[in-house]
Amino acid sequence: MRRTTQILSVAVFLAVVLIVVPWLIEATQRSDLYYTLTSVALLSIASGGVWLTFYIGRINIGQGAYALAGGYVSAILVTQHGVSFWLTLPIAGASCALLSVFIGLPILRLRGVYFAMITLVLTEVARLTALALPVTRGAKGIVSIPLPGEVAVFGVTIIPDFATIGNVKLAFYYVAVILMILCYAGLYRLVHSRLGHLCRSLQQNEELASSIGVNIAYLRILAYAISSFLGGIGGAVFVAISQSIYPSSFQVKDSIDFMLNCFLGGLGYVFGPMLGTLLLYFGWDLLFETGKFQLLIYSSVLIALILVLPNGLLSLRLPRRKRAVR
Amino acid sequence: MSALLEIRGVTKRFGGLKAVNDVSFSVQEGEILSVIGPNGAGKSTLFKLIASFLRTSAGEVLFRGERISNLSPHVVARKGVVRTFQETMIFKDMTVRDNVVVSHHLRSKASLLGYFLGVAAAHADEAEFGRSADEILTFLGLGDIRHEVASNLPQGHLRALGIAIGLATDPAILLLDEPFAGMNHDETMRTVELVRGVRDRGVTVLLVEHDMSAVMKISDRIVVLNFGEKIAEGLPAEIQRDEKVIEAYLGIEDETIGV
Repeated sequence: MRRTTQILSVAVFLAVVLIVVPWLIEATQRSDLYYTLTSVALLSIASGGVWLTFYIGRINIGQGAYALAGGYVSAILVTQHGVSFWLTLPIAGASCALLSVFIGLPILRLRGVYFAMITLVLTEVARLTALALPVTRGAKGIVSIPLPGEVAVFGVTIIPDFATIGNVKLAFYYVAVILMILCYAGLYRLVHSRLGHLCRSLQQNEELASSIGVNIAYLRILAYAISSFLGGIGGAVFVAISQSIYPSSFQVKDSIDFMLNCFLGGLGYVFGPMLGTLLLYFGWDLLFETGKFQLLIYSSVLIALILVLPNGLLSLRLPRRKRAVR
Repeated sequence: MSALLEIRGVTKRFGGLKAVNDVSFSVQEGEILSVIGPNGAGKSTLFKLIASFLRTSAGEVLFRGERISNLSPHVVARKGVVRTFQETMIFKDMTVRDNVVVSHHLRSKASLLGYFLGVAAAHADEAEFGRSADEILTFLGLGDIRHEVASNLPQGHLRALGIAIGLATDPAILLLDEPFAGMNHDETMRTVELVRGVRDRGVTVLLVEHDMSAVMKISDRIVVLNFGEKIAEGLPAEIQRDEKVIEAYLGIEDETIGV
């Protein structure tokens, strides 16, 4: 019974994001919404990574650093070495994961607010590094990045050259949404496998986890690397869409937003950050009409929501008993 | 007969203070050995040294003749030396059963990637862990409440859950940190039976305890610490008569050591 409901909700979700949404947008001629929804999908990938670090009991306010790093890796490879964008995507993710291992080794020993503070600094360090290095071309950034090219296997075109596509916005929408679906399917699987149970044991009691034989240092690094991988992927696609990257493309504010997305959606639910990103992104835009009160209303609503629903919006739907991830 | 666990001249200094000073004793396979001593005698520190949660300043701990001091705690656990905690540490937001299932980690045959991909070995592990968890919970009298969230349990059950978590790791020797602390007489007697049951399953037990009457009942042998040093070792009856031990518990000796 529960399994049928699950399959059904997944099917409905897929149908909505892959068919209904594009159809509605075409019908209403609101093609600007493609860009918004694409951004939401990409930001929720990066937020999903942040969520995973929450899942091992670490507050991560440094995802912007990895999004920036991933974006630069992809941009540099595409513009300076002529590598296909599709190849740079996994490379960007993997570089970020590797980078996060070196950064994570010393800092993952810290807990609570200390870890949070260090990660907050990371985003700023990333920005300053991008400003200083010759390869990132400082404040001028990297611009006029070509659109993703063709992917063909044995002469059969799998992904057409984006420069020849009429509706590039729709194409990017599909790229972002498919990546988001893969990302969340992976996270869901991870959380519901033994790996997820071990992450939860880590979140709740690291000392006890190590006394039952969990290699906590390894698991922390693993979770952080997956998190950073997702940050890098999100950043790389963003750069491909805007066809440019600057040191200010991802800032401390973005890192904080990634974290807020998780809070808003609910730290106990895999799909929390996805919902959180959607609402936070659209909520901000909807309040545009209120002019100078935009920030005031926005932040008041956020504070109220966190006070009333400390376990996130998804806790509304599910009975309290299931607070822990099921 | 060679010892299962051997503590050789173990010392721990915190700055100028010697919390544990040159303590040696050994634990034989299948026995229940208790470490007792007044407050601040260094019992808990010694425990952390054995489970490698603290680094020794001098001396070493051998398990089956192999040095285990100063290894990572999870490596020591993997070898079969597992501790439970004084502060009734559990995974509080998980159900009782999940607490025990996750603690089967060391028995995993599938790799983490295997679990992620859901390979056959992973499914076999999960089924086996669930079965074994149910068996352990029934054995410790927690079978009826296995679907409760752990943080809702009363203290007596928490203590039993701590032991269940320890047993799930399939240890050769279980280190119990004050298993009777804060319990009334009935609860203590029930827990004494539990600990005996654990030993009868083939697990050697080393425990640290305050509660003299329980210790006298349960222990095969007793080691007494005072100010970080070992002042006596022997059978319960010998310890009760030991001059130095009586002196260490001066003033309250009659009731506390149950003479």
